[in-house]
Amino acid sequence: MTIRRYLDVSAPAAMPALLIVGIALAAHLFGSNLLQHSVIEMLIMVVLVVGTYVFVGNSGILSFGHVSFMAIGAYATAWLTLPLFLKKLNMPGLPTFLHEWSIPVTPAAFLSGLLAALVGLVVGIPILRLSGIGASIATLSLLVIVTVGYSNWDSVTLGTSSIVGLPPYTDLWVALIWAVSGIVAAHAYQISRHGLLLRASRDDEVAAQAIGVDVFRERLIAWTVSAFIVAIAGVLYAHFLGTISIDAFYLNLTFISLAMLVVGGVSSLTGAVLGVVIISLLIEVLRELERGIDVGGLNIALPPGSQEIAIAVTMLLILIMRPDGLTRNREARWPFWETGAPDSRDFKGQGRET
Amino acid sequence: MYAVQIAVDAISLGSLYALVALGIGLIFGIMRLINFAHGDFIALGAYALIVPSASATTTLFVGSWPWPLMVATVILFVMLVALVTERAAFRPMRHARPATLLIGSFAVSFFLQHVVLSVYSSRPKALSIAPGLSEPLIVGGIRILKLDLVVIAVTISLLIVLAVFLKRTSYGIWMRAAAEDFRMARVLGVRANTVIAIAFAISGLLAAIVSIFVVIKGGLLSYRMGVPLVLMGFVATVIGGMGSLVGAVIGGYTVGMVSVALQAVLPTGLRDGRDAFVFIAVILILLWRPGGIVQVAALKERV
Repeated sequence: MTIRRYLDVSAPAAMPALLIVGIALAAHLFGSNLLQHSVIEMLIMVVLVVGTYVFVGNSGILSFGHVSFMAIGAYATAWLTLPLFLKKLNMPGLPTFLHEWSIPVTPAAFLSGLLAALVGLVVGIPILRLSGIGASIATLSLLVIVTVGYSNWDSVTLGTSSIVGLPPYTDLWVALIWAVSGIVAAHAYQISRHGLLLRASRDDEVAAQAIGVDVFRERLIAWTVSAFIVAIAGVLYAHFLGTISIDAFYLNLTFISLAMLVVGGVSSLTGAVLGVVIISLLIEVLRELERGIDVGGLNIALPPGSQEIAIAVTMLLILIMRPDGLTRNREARWPFWETGAPDSRDFKGQGRET
Repeated sequence: MYAVQIAVDAISLGSLYALVALGIGLIFGIMRLINFAHGDFIALGAYALIVPSASATTTLFVGSWPWPLMVATVILFVMLVALVTERAAFRPMRHARPATLLIGSFAVSFFLQHVVLSVYSSRPKALSIAPGLSEPLIVGGIRILKLDLVVIAVTISLLIVLAVFLKRTSYGIWMRAAAEDFRMARVLGVRANTVIAIAFAISGLLAAIVSIFVVIKGGLLSYRMGVPLVLMGFVATVIGGMGSLVGAVIGGYTVGMVSVALQAVLPTGLRDGRDAFVFIAVILILLWRPGGIVQVAALKERV
C-alpha cells in the first residue's frame, strides 16, 4: 500500500489517536496529579475497549468474555515481574523457572499478551463454532470459568486476595504509547484482508460464506488478536495500581467496557475510542460532583451512589437518542480533505436486516 | 435415601432457575431483549419486605404481614417496577438492535442496584420470614425441607396457569403470535404496547415469587443478590432454546440439576469451583445443540 493510499484510509486510526494524544498532553501540561491519574485510567480503558472492538466490532458478536483476557494478562505479568522473594513466599505453585527469573515489564507485557492470545486461540476453537446469542453465552461462560478458576487456584493466584508489589510501570506516556499502538493495530487489522473478510461476514454471514469466506477462521483470528490487546490492558492496569485481585475483572468492568463500546458505536473504531472518552469524562465530572463543589462558601455534594445512578441514566438517554452510538457506526474522516476512501455509510442499508 | 434428597434439591433449585428463565424468556420471545435487570426485579421484591433504611438492624415491613397479603404486595410492587422500567427505558429503544437493548438492560440493572444501594446501603441484611418452611420434614429416614416441596408445588402450579393463559385466553394467543412474528402479529391487529406490557407484568410476577423463595431460603439481602440468579436464568434460557418458553423451563431444570449433581459428585477441593464446571457444561451443551434444546423456527434466519 502506498503512503498516499494509506493516508487516505488512515483517518479512523489517526483521528482518535490524535484525540487521546491531545487529552494526555493537556493533562500533562495543566492537570493535577488526580486528573492525570484519571487520564491514565482512561487510556487503559482505551486499550481494553479497542481490543474488545477488534472482535466485537468486526464480527458483530457481543462478547462478555474479554475482561477475562485482561485478568489473564494481569496475572501473567505478576508471575513474570514480581520480586522473586514474593513469588517464593506466596505462589508455591509456579513453575521453577518463574521462581528463578523475573523480567522487566515491557517484555513481560508481550509475553502476557501472547499467553492470553494462546488461551484465546484454544478456547476460541469451541466457542466460535457457535454463532449469535449462543456465542455470547459461551463468552459469558468463559468469564465465569476464568473468574471462578482464578479465585480458587490459590497456589499461583492467591485466590480472592490481592497480589501486591507489582513494579510501577504505567505512567501517562507509557499508557499513551500502548493506547495509540492499540488503535493502530486495531486499524491495521480492520483494513487488512482478514478484517475485511470478517466484516463481510458480519454484514451478511450467508453471502460471505457463499463467496468463500471461512467465517470460523476469520472470527478466530480476530478473537486471538483481540485477546492479545485486551491482555495488554490487564498488564497496564496491574502495573498502574501495583496490586490486582480477581474481583476487579468481572461483571462491572465487562459492563462498563461494553457500555463504552455501544455508546460510541459498536462497529466503528472511532466510536470505540470516543465512547471511552465520553464515559470517562462523565465519570470524572460525577466524581467531582460527589466530592462536592463550593458555591459561595457552601459545599454542595451529591449523595453517595448518585454517581452510578447518573451514569446509568445518561447511558440510557444516549442509547435511546442514538441507538447506533454517538458515531452512528461511522468512522472519522479527514477534515478538509476529500479522499477516495470508502465509507461504511455508502453501503448503508444493503445488508440483510437482522 | 441420599439420592432422593439430592433429587429433591435438584428439582427445587431447578424450579427457581426455571422461573427466572421464564421471566427472561417471555420478554426475549417478544422483543428480542435479554433483560439483565430481571435479577434486580428479584432483589427489589426482596427489599420490599423490610423497612427502607441504611441501618445495620433489619426491621420487617411487608415481611411481617400475614402471608397472603405479603405475597400479594410483593407481587404488585415488582410488577409495578417491571412496568415502569418498560415504559421509561425499554419502550423508547424498542427498535434498536439487540446489542443496544442488552446494554440498555445493563444500564437499567446498574440503575436499580444503585438505587437500592443508596437507600439501604451496601451492607448485607439478614432477615427471616416464614421460619416454619425451613424446617425439615422427615419421611422414612429422608430429610426434605418443607420449603423445597413448596417451591416445587408453586412452580408447577404457576407453569400450569401460565400454559392455560397462553393457550386459552386471547391475550395469551396475542403473546404467542407476537413471539412468533412480531411484525406480522401487529399487522393482524395485535397491540404491541399491550402485549409487551403483559409480558413485563408476568415477568415481574415470576420475579416476585422467586424473591420470596430466595429470601426464605437464604435469609440474606444484598443489593447485588439478583446477579447470580439472572446469570443462571440467562444461561438456562439459551441452552433451553432462545425464544421457546418450554425450552426456558427445560433449560432451568437442566442448569439446576447439573449444579446440584456437580455439588454432589465433585471432590471437596473442587467444590468451591463448582460454577466453573457448570459453565463448562453449558458450553458443551451449546456445542451439542447450538440452537438450544428446543429450537424455534422463528429465530432461524431465512435466506
